[in-house]
Amino acid sequence: MSVPKPSFTPAEPLTAALAPPEPQETRAGLADELARRATATATAVLPPLLTLAALLGIWQLAASSHPGGVPSPSAIWQDSHDLILDPFFDHGGTDKGLFWHVLTSLKRVGIGFSLSAICGVSLGVLIGANRWAHRGLDPVFQVLRTVPPLAWLPISLAMFQQAQPSALFVIFVTSIWPIIINTAVGVRNVPVDYVNVARVLRLSPIEYFFKILLPATTPYIFTGLRIGVGMSWLAIVASEMLLGGVGVGFFIWDQYNASRISDIVVALAWVGLTGFALDRLVALAGRLISRGDAAS
Amino acid sequence: MPKAYLSIEGLGVTFSKGAQRSEVLRDINLQVERGEFVSLIGHSGCGKSTLLNVVAGLIPATTGGVILDGQEVDQPGPDRAVVFQNHSLLPWLSVRENVDLAVNKVFGSAKSAAERRDWTLHNLELVQMTHALNKRPAEISGGMKQRVGIARALAMQPKVLLLDEPFGALDALTRARLQDTVMQIQSTLKNTVLMITHDVDEATLLSDRIVMMTNGPRASIGQVLEVSLARPRDRLAVAENPAYIRGRAAVIEFLYARQAA
Repeated sequence: MSVPKPSFTPAEPLTAALAPPEPQETRAGLADELARRATATATAVLPPLLTLAALLGIWQLAASSHPGGVPSPSAIWQDSHDLILDPFFDHGGTDKGLFWHVLTSLKRVGIGFSLSAICGVSLGVLIGANRWAHRGLDPVFQVLRTVPPLAWLPISLAMFQQAQPSALFVIFVTSIWPIIINTAVGVRNVPVDYVNVARVLRLSPIEYFFKILLPATTPYIFTGLRIGVGMSWLAIVASEMLLGGVGVGFFIWDQYNASRISDIVVALAWVGLTGFALDRLVALAGRLISRGDAAS
Repeated sequence: MPKAYLSIEGLGVTFSKGAQRSEVLRDINLQVERGEFVSLIGHSGCGKSTLLNVVAGLIPATTGGVILDGQEVDQPGPDRAVVFQNHSLLPWLSVRENVDLAVNKVFGSAKSAAERRDWTLHNLELVQMTHALNKRPAEISGGMKQRVGIARALAMQPKVLLLDEPFGALDALTRARLQDTVMQIQSTLKNTVLMITHDVDEATLLSDRIVMMTNGPRASIGQVLEVSLARPRDRLAVAENPAYIRGRAAVIEFLYARQAA
């Protein structure tokens, strides 16, 4: 009974004593917070920046000791700063800024990749769900998936006789395999428990497909789509070499023929950054659609 | 001769894989009355899960068969709802959606949309899970997942409720709370329940009868024990009850002296 008593009396003077320094504390807290944020940003941004600076430095040294080869970063800036600074110019024909080239290529990848996503997921479900389809098709797919994009070019041209569909086919055929294979693995790995739930509920095949199979397979499908979108972007240079006209692949080929290596380096940076963005975009879509369950 | 509500008759199950054949169950005969709570107990690998799966219709019987309410069991169905050991909730659906899936499938034509919504809520209320309606399985504890699994099974209004070691993966305190919930629900709804367990206390506390199985392969029913304790049962009160102590001792004697694994 005597225990709580003494704690009352010192409480007030204590709060009074503590009251004045409080504003200072929040100011210090704010400064702390800012410092913490700054540190976090620095740890995320500084290492890649330093690495980039170091690589550019090495490149500069290596390139200046071998004149006539790949231009150094400073030479590239001299040769191509118009191309770097203004990606949006349009002088008609194929004389456009890199933004327009990349956009055209993205449209082609968009069409080719959409087709391969639709066909890939359908075929993947088929060979994942049907043992005979799996036995028959899986070995064929495993062999075909190792054929490089450039090797499909002549076949594609022979099949379609026209540049446009041939280019789309090259993108399609390059990116479809990982989508098929990952979807099939996902379908074969639907947990037995989910299948049992569906059986107890007597879900119809269509209900099973949409309510169990597709959601359970989504993380696998998106792993396939992510690899696939990367490969379709890889195929773009090959397919645009035969297309001509506008497009970042043809741009590279064209600049090579004109011996403008500096412009090619700038275009490569665009290709790399766009590929990176595509990959992140598909990963993000996967996370949103599977509500965070996707295998990253 | 009038048949029992659930009747397992001369049931045998043999799995064959290529030329290899293994007989898991042999000549199982068991009659379960409507509203009865029956536990299956036995050592691991004695085929009790196989037996439950045959009643569920998930595994076909090799010989004999199962008759529920005058109809032979030949495929799975919502009249034999299963609560799986590892809850098997669909991780991409919320708690409410998981139960909805069952309710919409079973009562899609019999109830209106509003009635179905209320029915889902009612069943989640029975297991005290209405506070987590929009949570997904990954966001709730193991005990809560099992509660939702039970609500999903109850929502199908099954003729017989099949519990496959429903509390096996839970800690002792959570398990006790869930056992109380199941007892309470069973006393109001008068479900017919077939439960697999390997826990002697659980079997004795919950069951009207305990079916003890011999060791596999070729497992069969070794002994059936009536637990003649009045309901409602209270876990503290029955612990001192001679009938409880006798029942528990008989099961332990069977499992560890006569069927020592």
